Amino acid sequence: MSKIHVTTSVNGDAVEFLCDPRETLLDVLRDRLGLTGAKEGCGTGDCGACTITLDGRVVCSCLVLGAEAEGREVGTIEGIANGEELHPLQRKFIEHAALQCGICTPGILVATKALLEKNPDPTETEVRYWLAGNLCRCTGYDKIIRAVMDTAAELRSESKELS
Amino acid sequence: MSVSKSLAHDAARLHVTGTARYVDDIPVPQGCLHVAFGMSEIAHGTIVAMNLEEVKSVPGVVMVLTADDMPFANDVSPSAHDEPLLATGTVHYVGQPMFAVVATSHLAARKAARLGAVRYDELTAILTIDEAMAADSRFEEGPRVYQKGDAAAAIGKASHRVVGTFEIGAQEHFYLEGQAALALPQEGGDMVVHSSTQHPSEIQHKVAEALGVPMHAVRVEIRRMGGGFGGKESQGNALAVICAVAAQATQLPCKMRYDRDDDMIITGKRHDFRIEYRAGFDDEGRIAGVEFVQYARCGWAQDLSLPVADRAMLHSDNAYLLGHARIESHRLKTNTVSNTAYRGFGGPQGMIGIERVVDHIAHKLGLDPVDVRQRNYYAEMDGGGLSAPRPAAPPESLSGKMKNNTTPYGQEVEDFELHGITEALLRSSDYERRKAAIAEWNAENEVIKKGIAFAPVKFGISFTLTFLNQAGALVHVYQDGSVHMNHGGTEMGQGLFQKVAQVAASRFGIPVEMVKITATDTGKVPNTSATAASSGSDLNGMAVKAACDTIRERIAEFLAKRHQLEVGKVRFADGNVVVGSKVYSFAEAAAEAYMGRVSLSATGFYKTPKVEWDRIKGVGRPFFYFAYGASVTEVAIDTLTGENRILRCDILHDAGESLNPALDIGQVEGAYVQGAGWLTTEELVWDDAGRLRTHAPSTYKIPACSDRPDVFNVALWDGSNREETIYRSKAVGEPPFMLGISAFLALSDAVSACGDAYPALNAPATAEQVWTAVRRVRNGV
Ligand code: FES
Ligand code: FES
Repeated sequence: MSKIHVTTSVNGDAVEFLCDPRETLLDVLRDRLGLTGAKEGCGTGDCGACTITLDGRVVCSCLVLGAEAEGREVGTIEGIANGEELHPLQRKFIEHAALQCGICTPGILVATKALLEKNPDPTETEVRYWLAGNLCRCTGYDKIIRAVMDTAAELRSESKELS
Repeated sequence: MSVSKSLAHDAARLHVTGTARYVDDIPVPQGCLHVAFGMSEIAHGTIVAMNLEEVKSVPGVVMVLTADDMPFANDVSPSAHDEPLLATGTVHYVGQPMFAVVATSHLAARKAARLGAVRYDELTAILTIDEAMAADSRFEEGPRVYQKGDAAAAIGKASHRVVGTFEIGAQEHFYLEGQAALALPQEGGDMVVHSSTQHPSEIQHKVAEALGVPMHAVRVEIRRMGGGFGGKESQGNALAVICAVAAQATQLPCKMRYDRDDDMIITGKRHDFRIEYRAGFDDEGRIAGVEFVQYARCGWAQDLSLPVADRAMLHSDNAYLLGHARIESHRLKTNTVSNTAYRGFGGPQGMIGIERVVDHIAHKLGLDPVDVRQRNYYAEMDGGGLSAPRPAAPPESLSGKMKNNTTPYGQEVEDFELHGITEALLRSSDYERRKAAIAEWNAENEVIKKGIAFAPVKFGISFTLTFLNQAGALVHVYQDGSVHMNHGGTEMGQGLFQKVAQVAASRFGIPVEMVKITATDTGKVPNTSATAASSGSDLNGMAVKAACDTIRERIAEFLAKRHQLEVGKVRFADGNVVVGSKVYSFAEAAAEAYMGRVSLSATGFYKTPKVEWDRIKGVGRPFFYFAYGASVTEVAIDTLTGENRILRCDILHDAGESLNPALDIGQVEGAYVQGAGWLTTEELVWDDAGRLRTHAPSTYKIPACSDRPDVFNVALWDGSNREETIYRSKAVGEPPFMLGISAFLALSDAVSACGDAYPALNAPATAEQVWTAVRRVRNGV
């Protein structure tokens, strides 16, 4: 099978790769680009472990082809921190002990970051339903929701200070 | 002191940045091959012909292995050597691995594995409990029976009786990280295996058997799992062994991970049970005698089914002192997936049996189930005195019970905590008021009915296979005072490594950052038990403590001698070693000891004391101690559709003197939600041909974020452990799973608001189940 040449951007860096026409973006990220933060939990779009953003939109990378990344902007968990400095969301997840085995964490963080960019003041119900597609088998979700609400509050007060 | 602190999980930073490595994330060397299984399509039959030519012709396929190609042992059973890795002539369930494809990519291997042309001679498949009973298809020679007193006579004499049967469905672990293994061939025929396993020593053992080498030629490593829940106690054997065999044959690294659907089809689950019960009781609901018949569907191979079924029997008293009890257990062999360990290990099934009985009794007498529960509780023994507040037990349950506070298997319950926990939880959850409000709501609302229920948990801690209650550790102190710590426990998200590191840090009086937590490695600590039975921190914490104390004593002796002081005068605290008036930093002390030619490396070992019992007779002390907890759940159901949700949950759980309250509360919350999932939405459906029809998250529903209770109050009981465990803490992995039982009972309560009959819900109480039960209760049958 001939490979496809794809030019794209991942976490702001220009990236080129060759992939099979039927290869998922998840496999490209993990196997070709060495970005193993996105995980495969189901491969069918039902668990959210593979969550990334494509042009700022939350998608399951297991349902996107590598070829579809052409000319788009891909955002992954690896791009959330600013060098050594954690994003507030990452800090709050640690503070609230919002993770156990941690394998759902990358997907949940990517999905939540996108939510807070769209809606800086979500209600708890909005958070719950936004994250309903991100399964976590360990935590029971309580601490995750607390961490998200707390981050949202912090980000709001920061942006108030700035304005 | 680093213990008792809510320090974050050791790898939290790696997790939030996506850099924590699981087995599938380990960079593989060039040329790594991938393995996939070709699976049986029928539930029972002999293989007449297996044509694998088409499989071999797929581009990228390097090798295809069948049972005949296995160089030595072809077995992945953790117990009875009855589980061939690749089928030998007969297939026993849909999904059984028959051949393995080794290819240059994961996808190529999986696609090729579908192309096997297999002809079978079909045999009758035994799929259900009824079919197995009819065919007398079972493990062990007959049912096991544990008994205390004469239950039949006691029930016969009692003024009231309830009789019932109910079904409890199986449960898929749904660890978010599927099973995975990576085998790396070494020089001289040695093998290194990375396996997502709770039991590295077993992987080592099975790989060595399959390669025909001594165990010393195999090293197994696991840094972390993406969830285990018991599903990685024995179910990882197949992947590790086939990778090792393929790696040995090709001399290339070989890797395997199950796709989610394959994982759900191939691997064992929580045992589904049927429980029949008969109980006799007085006007107040005090149980005189109870009989249970438990039927466990074990699947085609024995795996861990015997100890699972034992534990179900051992928990059929839960929190209640049963004067007379008889428990009969059938371990049935069926042509379905071989069921295995799952959080609680049979305990939940046993426990929900007696909770159902108590609920049924309360319904029959029209009493509040909480009162009936409290009346039947074990008594609190004097001299416990460790936890506060501790209100006295209701007087009627105290009299005459002190001498006989024993379980049906003869273990004295010395540490009963539930009287206090119950009182405190009823208060904090505002149970009485809410119960009254719900009754009012139900009187006014026809469509949406609400229900509330309380459920207690008493869970026995220790492996019931007594020899497993041992652990080892290896600790090094380097010249700069940094500490390298290793033990036999595995990390699956429960925070074991962090807890044990806190123990090490507090023994040396140093900050926890100075302790390096390293991957579990069979080359460092040998002959370990699985990280299971909630025993991880109990066993490994003690082993690490022993190792640290050995080194500490050596340093203390050396420095005491130098300063001509008694050893007892040397103190390790605040990052320092204080010897009389002289203060060394821990690093200085380590360097001095090194210069003085003192060994700074030690092993530690621990075995749980006091446990001893006879599992055939069901008599003795299988458990070192009990862990307790209680929950109150409120639910609402839609009587027109059966839809339901949890509105509020309050939990008070006993973790003894918690080693890390944040991690422990996390365990409690996650366990409750998983337990509630087991009993509500998680339904596994097999069709008449024995095929699992719910093998992905699209059809198998674990609780999602949107299902979290609106109000979720979780607290730890301010208690201790009367036994000498590590810093008097208690195991916390499994016990809170059973707190989810209150969700099931609350649904039953809501359904019972629709009519007079007892709802007799089966588990899981899916929308369909609830809907059917509402109809039943309304029609008064
Ligand atoms: S792996 Fe993509 S949603 Fe599950
Ligand atoms: S922390 Fe394990 S799946 Fe979420």
